[in-house]
Amino acid sequence: MGNFDLLMQGFGIAITPMHLMLMVAGVLMGLVVGVLPGLGAPNGVSLLIPLTFTLDPTSAIILLSSMYWGALFGGSTTSILFNIPGEPSSVATTFDGYPMARSGESTRALTLAFMSAGFGALLGVIVITLLAGWASRFALRFGAPEYFAVYFLAFAAFIGMGSAAPAKTLVSLATGLLLASVGMDSVTGSIRLTFGFEDLLSGISFLVVVIGLFGIGELLSTVQEGLRFRGVASRIDLRDVFRTIAELPRYWATYIRSGLIGIWMGITPGGPTAASFMSYGIARSSSRKGAPFGTGRPEGIVAPETADHSAGSCAMLPMLALGVPSSATAAVMMGGLMIWGLTPGPMLFATQPDFVWGLIASMYVSNLIGVVLVLATVPMFAALLRIPFTIIGPMIVAICFVGAYTVSNATFDLWLVLIFGLVGYLFSRLDYPLAPLVLAMVLGHKAENAFHQSMVLSDGSLGIFFANPLVSGIMAVGIALLVLPKLIALGSRFRRRVPVE
Amino acid sequence: MTMTKAGLLAATAMMLAAPASAQFAPSRPVEFVVASGAGGGTDNFARTIQSVLTRDGIMDNPIVVLNKGGGSGAEAFLYARQNEGDPHKLIFGTNNVYLLPHVAKLAYTTEDLQPVAALALDEFLVWVKADSPYQTVMDLVNAAKDAPGTIPFGGSQSKDTDETLVALIEQTTGADFKYVPFNGGGEVGVQLAGGHVAANVNNPNENVGQWQAGAIRPLCVFAPERMAESEPVSGDMGWHDIPTCAEQGLDITSYQMPRTVWLPAGTDPEVLAYYQDALQKVSESQDWKDYLAKTSQSATFMTGEELAAFIDASEADAVKVFEAEGWTVQ
Repeated sequence: MGNFDLLMQGFGIAITPMHLMLMVAGVLMGLVVGVLPGLGAPNGVSLLIPLTFTLDPTSAIILLSSMYWGALFGGSTTSILFNIPGEPSSVATTFDGYPMARSGESTRALTLAFMSAGFGALLGVIVITLLAGWASRFALRFGAPEYFAVYFLAFAAFIGMGSAAPAKTLVSLATGLLLASVGMDSVTGSIRLTFGFEDLLSGISFLVVVIGLFGIGELLSTVQEGLRFRGVASRIDLRDVFRTIAELPRYWATYIRSGLIGIWMGITPGGPTAASFMSYGIARSSSRKGAPFGTGRPEGIVAPETADHSAGSCAMLPMLALGVPSSATAAVMMGGLMIWGLTPGPMLFATQPDFVWGLIASMYVSNLIGVVLVLATVPMFAALLRIPFTIIGPMIVAICFVGAYTVSNATFDLWLVLIFGLVGYLFSRLDYPLAPLVLAMVLGHKAENAFHQSMVLSDGSLGIFFANPLVSGIMAVGIALLVLPKLIALGSRFRRRVPVE
Repeated sequence: MTMTKAGLLAATAMMLAAPASAQFAPSRPVEFVVASGAGGGTDNFARTIQSVLTRDGIMDNPIVVLNKGGGSGAEAFLYARQNEGDPHKLIFGTNNVYLLPHVAKLAYTTEDLQPVAALALDEFLVWVKADSPYQTVMDLVNAAKDAPGTIPFGGSQSKDTDETLVALIEQTTGADFKYVPFNGGGEVGVQLAGGHVAANVNNPNENVGQWQAGAIRPLCVFAPERMAESEPVSGDMGWHDIPTCAEQGLDITSYQMPRTVWLPAGTDPEVLAYYQDALQKVSESQDWKDYLAKTSQSATFMTGEELAAFIDASEADAVKVFEAEGWTVQ
C-alpha cells in the first residue's frame, strides 16, 4: 500500500490555496483553448510554458495539466454544438453528439459528454495510482511490430463495424492514407507528394482538414437543406443536467469497456484520438437494439468521451516514467519538465516523489473542478444553439478560419479549409463516410512508420507480427474484429433465408 | 513656412539621432522559430534562451516561440527564406540548417540564413542495454563484422545526425549495422531499454533517465576528451567516467552537434551584432550554465569567423559521409 501513502502525501502538496487557484485558472484557460478549434491543448500549453519559469515545478505542472484537462473538456463542446471538433480527440464525439444537439437535446448531449469525460479521467488516474510501476514496465515491451499491431487494431475496430458501403469506406480510407503521407517520411527521409509546394513540406495538418470537412462541410449541407433562420428550440433547464446524470448508470457496460480501451491506449502510446475512435467503433458493434449510431445515441457520446479522457490521463504515465509522450500535449509538457530541470524516466518516481505524487493527486482534484465548472457552463453553451442561423452561420465560418490559421500560422491552411469544406460536403451528399478518412489521417503515418520499422527489423518478413504472444494476440483480435462482423452478417442472412425457402 | 521649417527641423533631428539609433533594438515582438516540434531538444534550447532573455531583462520585447518542425526542420529554414531581411525573426536549429540541403531537395540553401551564434555542443554516446554482452564499442563493432546487417541500431530520423554517425562508424571500421529510424531520441531510448534494438547513439539528455534507472549503459563518447566532471549519475558512474570512443580504439575523435541560432539573410550588421551581444549575455548567465549541466551539453560560444570555420569543417566532414553513402542530392 506504499502507493496509497504516497498519494495521501501528494494530496497534502496539491491541496493548498495557491494550487487550487492554479487548477481553477488552468481549467478555465483550457476550456477557452479547447472551445476554439485549432488553438488546441498543445498550442495552449506551449503558450503557457514561459509563465511557468518562475513557478516551482510542482505548481507549474499542476497549472499545465489542469489546462490540458480543461482543453479536453472544452474540445467536446464545439463538437456537439457545431460539429466542429475543438480537439482531434473529440472528432468521434461529433458522430452522435451533433445529431443529438440538433434534435433539441443539447443539454443532455453536453452533460453526457462532460460526465463521461470526468468518469474516464477518474478511471485513468486510479490506474496511474495503482499501477504506476507495472504499467511503465508493460509499455517497455512495445516495439515497432507491437505498435503496428495496436494501430491495426484501431483501424480494424473502427472499419470492420462500419455500416457504409465497403467500397465507399475503402475510398474514404485510401484518401485519408494518401493525405497522411504528404510531407517528409521519417523512415526514408524522402519528401513525398508535395509537388514542389513548400507549404506541403510539413504535411497536411489533420486539424485543418477536420475543421474543413466537418465545420465548413456541415455548413454547406445546412445551407442546401434550406436555410432555417430560427435556431434549434432547445430547452435549457438545469434540471435536465441532473436528469441526464440519473440516466448514466444505464450505460455502465459502455463506460467500463471504453475506460479500459482508453487506459490501454494511454499507457501504450496510441493516444487519446485513437482511443476515442476505437472505443466508438467497438460500442457501435456491440450495441444490439435501439436507434442506429450516428443519429444521437447516448452511447455514441459516452464511448469516445470516456476513452478520450482515460487515455489523456494515462498518457501522463509513459511521459513521466519513460520519457515518451503519447499525445502532442504530453510532448509539450515533457519539454517543460526538462526546462524545470527534471528528467523524465523510470527514476523520476524515486527521485522526485513530491512532484510525481503531487501531480497525480492534483489530477483527481482538477478533474473534479473541471467537471463542476463545465457542468455549470452547460446552460450557457446550450443557449448558443438558440441563436438564429443568420447570426451563428457566419460566426462558425469565422471560427473555422481563425481556428485553422492558429494551427500553424499559415495562410495556405485557409485554402485547405475551403477545399476540404467542399470535399466534406460532397462526401456527405454522396454518402461517403468521413470517419475512415479522419482515422487514416491520424493513424496512417504512425502505422506506416511502425510497419516500415518492423520490416527493417525483420528483413521484410511479415512473420514479425506473429513473433511473440503479445503481438500475435493484438493482431488476432484485430483480424477478428475486421472479419467477424462480416461473417456474422453473412451467417444471419443465410439463416434468414432458410425459412423463406 | 513654419510647417517646412518644422519639417526641416524634424529631419535634422532625425539625421542627428540616426547614428545613435544604428544600435539596433527590436521594435516588434521577436519570433523564435524553432526547427523542431514542441518538446524536442531544439525546442528546449530555444525556450531556455527565451526564459533567460526575459528573466534577466536582456531583451524587453515580447518573444513568441513558433514551432516549425516539418520536414526535419526544413519548414523553419524555408520560413527564414520567405522572410528575408526581417530582423525580428531568429531561427533555432542544430547542424541541420547546413546539412539538410545536401540530403533532401529543398527550396532553400544555407545562404538564405546567416549564422548568429552557436551556444552549446551536444555530445553523442554509444549506448547499449544494461545486460548486453558488449563491454566496449569495439565489441559491438566486431559483432557487427561477424554477422553483417543483423544488429539493429536505433536512431532518430533518417539521414539525420544519428544515421550519419552510424554510417561514419561503419565507414571507419567496415562493420555493417541494421539502422532503424524512429521519430525522436526519447522513443529510441525506450526502444533500447525494451531491448527492441541493440544500441543507439543518443545525446546524454535523451538517455539519462534510463541510465539512472540502470536499464541501459553508455559505452563511449565521441569527443576529443572525456565529458565534464559531474555528480554520479548511475551507481558510482558519472559523465566523466565514460571513456572516449578513441580510447576504446574507434578512430572517430569528435562528433558533436552544435545548437545554433540564425537570422534570415539580408539583415543589417547592427542587427547581427545586437543578437550576438544578447546571446553572449545569455551564455554567461547562471541559468544557462544550469541548463547545460542539467542536459549534459558542453559549453561553447562561437560567433563570426570562428563559427563560420566550425560550420565549414562540420559540413565538409558530413558531406564526405553522405557521398560515401550515396545520400547527396543535387
